[in-house]
Amino acid sequence: MMIEIRFHGRGGQGAVTAANILAEGAFLEGKYVQAFPFFGVERRGAPVTAFTRIDEKPIRIKTQIYEPDVVVVLDPSLLDTVDVTAGLKEGGMVIVNTEKTKEEVLEKLKKKPAKLTLVDATTIALEILGLPITNTSILGAVAKATGIVKIESVEEAIKETFSGELGEKNAKAAREAFEKTVVYEL
Amino acid sequence: MPMRKVMKCNEAAAWAAKLAKPKVVAAFPITPSTLVPEKISEFIADGEMDAEFIKVESEHSAISACVGASAAGVRAFTATASQGLALMHEVLFIAAGMRLPIVIAIGNRSLSAPINIWNDWQDSISERDTGWMQFYAENNQEALDLILIAFKVAENERVLLPAMVGFDAFILTHTVEPVEIPDQEVVDEFLGEYVPKHAYLDPAKPITQGALGFPAHYMEVRYTVWEAMENARQVIEEVFDEFEKKFGRRYYMIEEYKTDDAEIILLTMGSLAGTLKDFVDKKREEGVKIGAAKMTVYRPFPIEEFRALAKKAKVLAILEKDISFGISGAVFADAGRVLVNEKEKPILLDFIIGLGGRDVTFENLEEVVEISKKALVGEKVEEVNWIGLRKEIL
Repeated sequence: MMIEIRFHGRGGQGAVTAANILAEGAFLEGKYVQAFPFFGVERRGAPVTAFTRIDEKPIRIKTQIYEPDVVVVLDPSLLDTVDVTAGLKEGGMVIVNTEKTKEEVLEKLKKKPAKLTLVDATTIALEILGLPITNTSILGAVAKATGIVKIESVEEAIKETFSGELGEKNAKAAREAFEKTVVYEL
Repeated sequence: MPMRKVMKCNEAAAWAAKLAKPKVVAAFPITPSTLVPEKISEFIADGEMDAEFIKVESEHSAISACVGASAAGVRAFTATASQGLALMHEVLFIAAGMRLPIVIAIGNRSLSAPINIWNDWQDSISERDTGWMQFYAENNQEALDLILIAFKVAENERVLLPAMVGFDAFILTHTVEPVEIPDQEVVDEFLGEYVPKHAYLDPAKPITQGALGFPAHYMEVRYTVWEAMENARQVIEEVFDEFEKKFGRRYYMIEEYKTDDAEIILLTMGSLAGTLKDFVDKKREEGVKIGAAKMTVYRPFPIEEFRALAKKAKVLAILEKDISFGISGAVFADAGRVLVNEKEKPILLDFIIGLGGRDVTFENLEEVVEISKKALVGEKVEEVNWIGLRKEIL
């Protein structure tokens, strides 16, 4: 079965890179993958959407993703302005970078997902990277919550994307987030 | 062993250029193609590619530099899109008339106005009369493969025409997918050392290139371009065969998908072909006798293959991301020429779709099928249909 993931972030947070790294991680496990941005003229701070498809067989479809299995929100402030659950499949999952509680997040979602996953990726990114760039830490949460990819594959894909110390630090951020992610069955 | 990597189509195109070993790459950056020359200049800077990278001040100069390089007797490559290709326009005729086998990678993008950086095919379609061969890729792998194929066909003695390989802006250029990068040795065997078969600069044998052609000769020179393009059909088939033997992937002028018992066949080019295959599977499950076809080669137009396809369909729907104002989409107009004297032909319908990056959804494709079904039962429908138009803002 094809799994479709939609990322919501803001320009500069690395949503597009997150989508690409997730694809890379799944590819390392022998899957077929596709990842692409919603083709905007990216500006720092503006809402950005990116997509990843993962399947056991070659992926032919080239449309944007309208009915995702998983929605990943890199910036909690987007919950106030973007309908992140739009088109979310029945049984779908939402993963949010936030320091807020499950109840506070659910209140902002238009549609109740089957699973809600929370992680304070910003704090983790600030601690480990010294920057509020949450794309790699949020992928630790994706690995934990979905099981689509192993955390080891995410780490490897991160190190392939960023070389040297930067890669090590980002992989560490993903691992840290993986440990701290909380998954709620609703 | 071929290497498999996840990469953007632009990177795949740069890899193809690296493998083809052009001696000159001249390019000017433009969205969405910029990454192609960027990646190539990286290869050159890292010593992985032995080519002269010429930084120029415009696309007109980029293609002019390629013409100069090719006329001097080396393999030349560039990449562009949209307004950039339009700016190359006059030089494209020169490259073809001088029979220079240059290859351009095109990140297919719309034309202004209004300014729009997203996908359609108006840029390369508008260059269809320049004497360049045109190939369109469905995915990143095809873009890499077709660039190698384009060089091989272009440099064939029976052809000697330049070629452009199109891949959809963003939908491919910026999308990552697994791509198999062939071994350099196998590509070297496939393409061979570049030996110019066209007129080229040789100090020992001075000639004039691109000279004035008087009325007594001009028409004959143009006819040889026509002939070369006709020869290209056979050469393309031969190169597709050889490519399959060497690399294991098969290409067709027109690739058919579930067409054998199809009443309605949807024909398109580029990345939309992938979406069509999934859509056809869905409609087949619903019991609709439908098939899809992908035209990989647009120039030379695959006349015989198109006629063979047309024989299978009751309704042949052409989905195209371009428009020739005042007549129809360009592919539809061509298709009319191809079928006009055929005794039996399907109902031919044109669907203008996905201009300027408008996403082509299953909902849009349902609309195409609905109109095609009406035509199938004899209802009168428009020949040229704009799909997904937001009528409320017109």
